[in-house]
Amino acid sequence: MGGFHIVVLVKPVPDPECYDRVEIDPAAGVLARQGMPSVLNPSDRHALEEALALQERYGGRVTLVSMTPESSAETLREALAMGGDEAVVLSDRAFAGSDSLATARVLAAGIAKVLPFDLVLAGNESADGGTVHVPSQVGELLGVAHLANVIRLEVDADGSVRARTRIENGYVEVEGELPMVLGLRREVNTPRYTSLMGVLASQEKPIRVLGAEELGVDRSRVGMEGSNMRPGKMSRPSFCRKGERVKGDPEEAAARIVGILRAEGVLG
Amino acid sequence: MTGGAKASGRGGAIWIVAEQAGGKLAPVSVEILGRALAMAREAGGREVAAVLLGKDAGGLADELASHGADKVFLADDPRMEPYRNDAHGAVLARLIARESPEVVLFGAGACGEELAPTVAARLDTGLGAHCTSLDLTDGGLLMMGVLGFGGRVHTEMFCPARRPQMASVKPGIFPPPPRADRKGTVVREDVAALLEGEKIRLRAVKVVREAPEGVPLEGAEVVVGGGFGIGGKEQWTLLEDLARELSGAVGCTRPALDEGWTPGEHTMIGTSGKTVRPKVYLGFGISGSPHHMVGVKDAGVIVSVNTDARAPVFESSDYCVVSDFRKFVPALIRGIRKAKGEGAGEPSPA
Ligand SMILES: Cc1cc2nc3c(=O)[nH]c(=O)nc-3n(C[C@H](O)[C@H](O)[C@H](O)COP(=O)(O)OP(=O)(O)OC[C@H]3O[C@@H](n4cnc5c(N)ncnc54)[C@H](O)[C@@H]3O)c2cc1C
Ligand SMILES: Nc1ncnc2c1ncn2[C@@H]1O[C@H](COP(=O)(O)O)[C@@H](O)[C@H]1O
Repeated sequence: MGGFHIVVLVKPVPDPECYDRVEIDPAAGVLARQGMPSVLNPSDRHALEEALALQERYGGRVTLVSMTPESSAETLREALAMGGDEAVVLSDRAFAGSDSLATARVLAAGIAKVLPFDLVLAGNESADGGTVHVPSQVGELLGVAHLANVIRLEVDADGSVRARTRIENGYVEVEGELPMVLGLRREVNTPRYTSLMGVLASQEKPIRVLGAEELGVDRSRVGMEGSNMRPGKMSRPSFCRKGERVKGDPEEAAARIVGILRAEGVLG
Repeated sequence: MTGGAKASGRGGAIWIVAEQAGGKLAPVSVEILGRALAMAREAGGREVAAVLLGKDAGGLADELASHGADKVFLADDPRMEPYRNDAHGAVLARLIARESPEVVLFGAGACGEELAPTVAARLDTGLGAHCTSLDLTDGGLLMMGVLGFGGRVHTEMFCPARRPQMASVKPGIFPPPPRADRKGTVVREDVAALLEGEKIRLRAVKVVREAPEGVPLEGAEVVVGGGFGIGGKEQWTLLEDLARELSGAVGCTRPALDEGWTPGEHTMIGTSGKTVRPKVYLGFGISGSPHHMVGVKDAGVIVSVNTDARAPVFESSDYCVVSDFRKFVPALIRGIRKAKGEGAGEPSPA
């Protein structure tokens, strides 16, 4: 057969274009995100693209794995329309409130269910929480090599890996061997568009749902209870400033701003 | 004065993990050291220690000590350079397990951002990501302020039950502390012993550093920001002209970066980019998404120029100019030149 078994970690998130509308329910101290459509986390598209390109080159299998409420399984269908052979949704009330390490624990258990894997590809960060923790932590829990901030990836047929990771003002070339877990940044590729064929094909693709029982995870080690991090007060940061309108035509307005620059002592 | 901030019976040590490259400490390491020292002081005295991993890094260990670290754990070894998460993660996890600090802070640069969760997973402890504030409560808990949803939601996070309490902080969040000229102790670690039994699977075969194009955003007193409304690379030069006039730096929003109008990633401001704190931020053609504004919220004064009188950016600005930047920027440059000319002609105040 040949090719690799690639697991892509995908997360449905509230649409980042709507974050202006996130409200906090002050009584309950929780987020009210009604009316915010759920979309595939933007950087996960890049992870899926990379997996599909490797599959086109070498054959093999692509499995999408997501820890998400069953209600957002539709987003998984959308991801499957882009590509991939099947999806595994890890869903259980016991998973609610998981911090990044507890999430990684559930994901690692899910990946262990679709064994054997060669490569796990994730987005580098999720748009809502954006910890950039999950790829490294899944790697640690699975006991395999891992990298975050990947901006270029080459995998040879024999499983040797050459990855380029972003550092401040430059990059590092890292070598290693599969299996690996990698967090991919947007720069790594340009995700393909979903085709109509893809949408039709996705209807036939299996979506498996697994709960805590099937995964065999210890309930005290996942969800709120199994999370080392606890949220306290939530608030809406105010970026509000005085908002003074500067009147007049461009010359007049510019003169006013020059006055402000002088007052701030930045006119040199 | 040395020794004033030594651990008293009141609580465990606060550590920072220092990052270095090319013989220099990363600025963020000094920034978090400053915060650690301030927290130790506020808590009535705690030991502050730094961990430094590298090769021939003794000089930098002394530098950390002179900035105020009571103790510097130095893992100086060829295997500690260049950075790889497996080797660094192993050494750090073992050191932390041995010394049991109460708090460990990481800089969330590209390396720290990956190293921190690696170590947190190894130690099975909590980690606050990209914190925008850090405080010790009276009960000795680390209160970590984090922003989510593109900057729209602020949450206080705690790690009540596991130790150490860990947090990462992006560059530019905390101001660097003044140099203290203190003398801490440097503890040289046996790296071979710390790596014993560890599998090192990654090889860093090449490290490339490119001198970044343009004036760095960090430390600039004036930052000129451009967004998607600029509309093209040609018009972008207007912003560069303005920045030059003010000895400032040019930053951008994500769409402007994606369009390729700017020299690269290092110029992007916001949740997934840089945090800047200039005296004055001048934004042009920017709609004011929280993803961007969170990166300029600590600017002294914010001036925004937008053709749309109802652009959300105006809510988060001090001065709002409803205008086309193509008309406004040339007028502003003329105004600045005129003002500078006048300034030069004025008799200097005695
Ligand atoms: C996970 C994630 C992370 C993100 N991280 C970041 C980040 O770190 N930083 C960031 O910036 N963005 C980030 N974004 C993108 C962010 O959500 C917004 O899309 C982006 O900030 C909007 O950029 P903009 O204001 O330049 O463009 P637009 O929203 O398109 O606004 C353009 C503005 O220009 C004005 N305009 C047009 N013509 C003129 C003219 N001639 N003169 C003056 N004004 C004019 C328009 O009225 C409009 O208000 C992120 C998005 C996601 C999903
Ligand atoms: N609940 C989840 N289900 C599947 N993948 C996830 C989940 N949370 C995070 N990930 C993956 O980990 C990446 C980084 O997320 P984060 O660490 O939350 O910033 C995401 O882009 C996903 O690929």
